[in-house]
Amino acid sequence: MEEEKIIEESKEEQENGSEEMDNDNSQEEIKVERKLVIPGETIVSGDDYLPGDYTKKDGDNVVSNRYGLAEVRGRVVKILPISGVYEPRRGNTVIGRVSEINFSGWQIDIGGPWRAFLPLNECPRFINRNNVAEFAGVGDVFNIKVWGVKQGSVDLSLKSRGLGKLEDGRIIKINCHKVPRVIGKEGSMINLIKDKTSTEITVGQNGYVWLKGDIDGTRKAEEAIRLIEKEAASEGLTNKVEEFLG
Amino acid sequence: MGYTKRSDGRKMDEIRPMRAEVGVVPNADGSALFATGKTVAIATVYGPKELHPANKRKQDRALIRCEYHMLPFSVSERARPGQNRRSKEIGMITENALAAVVDLKKFPQSVIDVQVLILQADAGTRCAGINAAAMALAHAGIDMKEMVASISIGKIDDKIVVDITKEEEDYEEGEGPTDIPFTLTSNGKECTHLQLDGKIQTHRFKEAIDAAVVACEKVLDVQKRALKGEIVNEGNK
Repeated sequence: MEEEKIIEESKEEQENGSEEMDNDNSQEEIKVERKLVIPGETIVSGDDYLPGDYTKKDGDNVVSNRYGLAEVRGRVVKILPISGVYEPRRGNTVIGRVSEINFSGWQIDIGGPWRAFLPLNECPRFINRNNVAEFAGVGDVFNIKVWGVKQGSVDLSLKSRGLGKLEDGRIIKINCHKVPRVIGKEGSMINLIKDKTSTEITVGQNGYVWLKGDIDGTRKAEEAIRLIEKEAASEGLTNKVEEFLG
Repeated sequence: MGYTKRSDGRKMDEIRPMRAEVGVVPNADGSALFATGKTVAIATVYGPKELHPANKRKQDRALIRCEYHMLPFSVSERARPGQNRRSKEIGMITENALAAVVDLKKFPQSVIDVQVLILQADAGTRCAGINAAAMALAHAGIDMKEMVASISIGKIDDKIVVDITKEEEDYEEGEGPTDIPFTLTSNGKECTHLQLDGKIQTHRFKEAIDAAVVACEKVLDVQKRALKGEIVNEGNK
């Protein structure tokens, strides 16, 4: 990333699931200035400002607590992370792979700092305790919702529309902070890739991306996603990707 | 005669040319390279991630684990790979130096793994390692109160010198060599790590602290520039 100030439209964390996620939370299309900061750096000083996400007040200064893009919107100063592992939040739709089975449910790898668990009763249909593997075995991939985050563990649920097992295909991992860019405004970017490569794609908010299609298509799609991940900060990305996909 | 001129022609309070870069290891969550003179360190950070075995988990905070390795080719006589007494000690020192600024409460029961690899050693490797590790932690998006910067201050004969080399470390005339590695935080200039190898008079020690504060500011500037996307190279090969 460059040191220069990066200006782009506002994008917020989405709470809608995977593909449906859109990038457009603001009716007012204001341009907000962003600046790369390191931990401990003073972003702004003065009484007028309030500390938001990943910042704290130290005397008159608002100080960064994390590496990322600092944004001053009105009086609130916050940092948009650009790196780091996925932080599970209630309501996120993520992609995970079953890593372990026991009598009460499935242990699922969704990345992030904690283990995630899908209990039997969060399945859409009844499953006998003695036949848990019948529904899903180790290695199966799910599009799944984060139901709750406790300290040290994450609970998952399949009881929602659009969730369920993803058959076949493969998973690639990307930086979870670049997910909104990969999806694009109202899914524009991801739909572009889907159309051009005739690949089925599902993007989880944890940065896991599921791809299904023929070999050439998925490879092209993966390359396109990597391109977006690499150049997430630049403008006119949709055109670049369109050009890349030919 | 005494120690009047440094062997590499630097001024007494001059740091060796530094080199720094982040994102050198694509597969890690955060990574950084830090070099000062011929000393080169790479640090990688993985996590926060699930900690195994579960009995090592801390209920109210994350664990930070640091490893320090001198690679076999880092010194002129092949270093035996793997842990030894010295690397365990420096790993622990690094851990303590960093834990003071990292917000461990945010992801309880998880672990942050930090690995420091020394590619070339010419004294001051623990300082270069801590500098690289601090950059890698920030690069990995881990919550930190502030940064840390580390520097080794020496007393060679009766002169206080900054960022000593192996040659100076081996200077045996007069009062002999003393090596004092400092790690200071970026804002408060609080000390998170201090060691002393050798002898120094109390009043000279104050001079050493002053030298460290000035030198750490320079190191911090390099760290900051590297984190902001620059590939810093002050004529370091």
